[in-house]
Amino acid sequence: MHTIMDKRLLAPNVYRLEVGAQLIAERRKPGQFIILRVNEESERIPLTIVESDPVAGTIVLVFQVMGEGTRLLASLEMGDEIRDVVGPLGHPTEISHFGTVVCVAGGIGVAPMFPIAKGMADMANTVISIVGARTRELLILQEEIHSVSSEVLITTDDGTFGRHGFVTDALKERLESGFKPDAVVAIGPLPMMRAVAETTRPYGIKTIVSLNPIMVDGTGMCGGCRVSVGGQMKFACVDGPEFDGHQVNYAELANRQRMYRDKEACKIRSLIP
Amino acid sequence: PERRKPQPARPRQVMPERPPLERNRDFAEVATGFTAEMAIAESERCLQCKKPLCIQGCPVGIDIPAFLRFIADGDFAGSINRLKEDTNLPAICGRVCPQETQCEEKCIVGKRNQPIAIGALERFVADWERENGAVKTPVVSAQTGKRVAVVGSGPAGLTTAGELARRGHAVTVFEALHEPGGVLVYGIPEFRLPKEIVRREVDGLRAMGVEIRLNTIVGRSLTIDDMFAQGFDAVFVGSGAGLPHFLGIPGENLNGVYSANEFLTRMNLMKAFRFPDYHTPIHVGKKIAVFGGGNTAMDAARTALRMGPESVKLIYRRSEAEMPARAEEIHHGRDEGVEFVTLTAPVEFLDDGKGWVAGVKIIKMELGEPDASGRRRPVPIEGSEEIIEIDTAVIAIGNSPNQLIPQTTKGLETTRHGTLIANEATGETTKTGVFAGGDVVTGAATVIQAMGAGKAAAAAIDDFLMKRANAEE
Repeated sequence: MHTIMDKRLLAPNVYRLEVGAQLIAERRKPGQFIILRVNEESERIPLTIVESDPVAGTIVLVFQVMGEGTRLLASLEMGDEIRDVVGPLGHPTEISHFGTVVCVAGGIGVAPMFPIAKGMADMANTVISIVGARTRELLILQEEIHSVSSEVLITTDDGTFGRHGFVTDALKERLESGFKPDAVVAIGPLPMMRAVAETTRPYGIKTIVSLNPIMVDGTGMCGGCRVSVGGQMKFACVDGPEFDGHQVNYAELANRQRMYRDKEACKIRSLIP
Repeated sequence: PERRKPQPARPRQVMPERPPLERNRDFAEVATGFTAEMAIAESERCLQCKKPLCIQGCPVGIDIPAFLRFIADGDFAGSINRLKEDTNLPAICGRVCPQETQCEEKCIVGKRNQPIAIGALERFVADWERENGAVKTPVVSAQTGKRVAVVGSGPAGLTTAGELARRGHAVTVFEALHEPGGVLVYGIPEFRLPKEIVRREVDGLRAMGVEIRLNTIVGRSLTIDDMFAQGFDAVFVGSGAGLPHFLGIPGENLNGVYSANEFLTRMNLMKAFRFPDYHTPIHVGKKIAVFGGGNTAMDAARTALRMGPESVKLIYRRSEAEMPARAEEIHHGRDEGVEFVTLTAPVEFLDDGKGWVAGVKIIKMELGEPDASGRRRPVPIEGSEEIIEIDTAVIAIGNSPNQLIPQTTKGLETTRHGTLIANEATGETTKTGVFAGGDVVTGAATVIQAMGAGKAAAAAIDDFLMKRANAEE
């Protein structure tokens, strides 16, 4: 059992949980994730580890309520317990001295991006962060991302804060003006990561994306999270979740992400009396 | 009591089963087990051989005549206590062992009559004990002060843990999933092995002092070297062969195409058949095809059938004679309505235009010369392609070991098939103090072979620990 030590609402439907998990807190590295199961009936949900405190034995998770599973997780309060938490899973992010690294985060993708940006800054990289959200009130972890970046560009789809437009607009403008970073890391919704990869492709800039397929076990035993990378079948849970953004078959992954859409709807309906 | 003369020629008792068209609509157990009268009558057929061959046929060496003799005397408590001197998991073995190629194949009565129904009798006394609340924890030797880590809580790990605990060692089992049992909980369906039975047998190990740490992935949560650093004196690796093979044909990543591991894990471990009461979804359409001919394929096909589709086809590239599945399982599947399409191989999955599988292009096969496995090799018949309409596909063509442990453990060597190199008799690996057994060594095999390997490794680990203890004195 894993106790919820702290719960905060970061934005509408976006929560930050601090959860007791000593072993995971001691070992995790940026880019890794956990799988949790709230109770006996619930499904296994993968979530990136945003931060950890090995002394307190806690990890921080940030999630948006999307369906039944995250709704159940959001219903828990401080002191409540999560039945199962397993991790750290997946390969850690390749963090080394690249030079200049652009961290592009969309929506709550800024949460899993924060430890990576921090890791990159710690390795003496110049970190430029491009953070986008649909609207101003969905911009989260601003203070954190500023603390590890030498420059932060903000975009909102509706223009309520920062630059009006998408993260790729800001990125494209920079690249067109002759700026050539040594690496780009993109985390967010799949269409956004795809757009970032397409933006950097003509410039041949190393681009890392963190894929988010449907997972069950997260240990490499089922292939539910399989993705095509460079024409090869990879399991995101053990071979990833990060891959070369220029090699990913995005259309296939987008299709696989939609596999249980009707079932999700059915589950939500079943909760309405 | 006065013993009656053995009655080998008496007909073998037949395991009662629920009728196929009733049972193929639910997940309750298919075989309902012997009554006390049937169990006594069946064990009275045993000749009580002086040199019993049946024991040689049992990978864990159960003294079969001894526990049958107690049943014949009507002493079921005596029988289960005797049985548990040799095995910690009788309710499981009695259900899932292929006895026809093991103990029962060796039974001397089987030479002229039908062999004794040893598996059904093992199951009977284990169930009797549980149902009568008479469960006794086996006696454990005095504590040795030695600590052993067991990686994986499948049949190999559980057997090793039980055997070592019995010898007085402190055992900790590390399991990656949220429930112990390995393939017994995620792979074998409820209708063949109720999960409640696995839970009770695991509780029996806990009562013997075995600690089980769930949600702990060795290679990620901690490594084997960490275990030695934490004071474990030996490690047993029983992590199985859980990495699924795919067909490598176009369309395999379409929606509606599952590995058998994923399909069965969603159903058995996550209880997707009870969606939405349980939250894990599964897609089972109207026309299902399962690819493969082993027990896993049979389990997947029979599981799919219970979701009430129009048809379930089992597509296998050789003929029925070469199917690796147990004959009993093939019969069960056929009786319940699985259609067998043999000498047929998939070539490509077809898209419905919306990203879902709509059909499979297949090609007919004929059998050629025997291959390395000794089975006749299937050869495609040119021009025999046709399209079968399906909306769900389950691929059950085998598994190999996950490479996480060898990748994170220095000195632990693997074969080119990815299995761990280990001494067949002792389970010793290329790393001192690390032993291994079960599917991680043999590649995907049977539950009872894994238990046999676990039992042998436990003896070798005990020897290793005690020799070292003596050397230190």
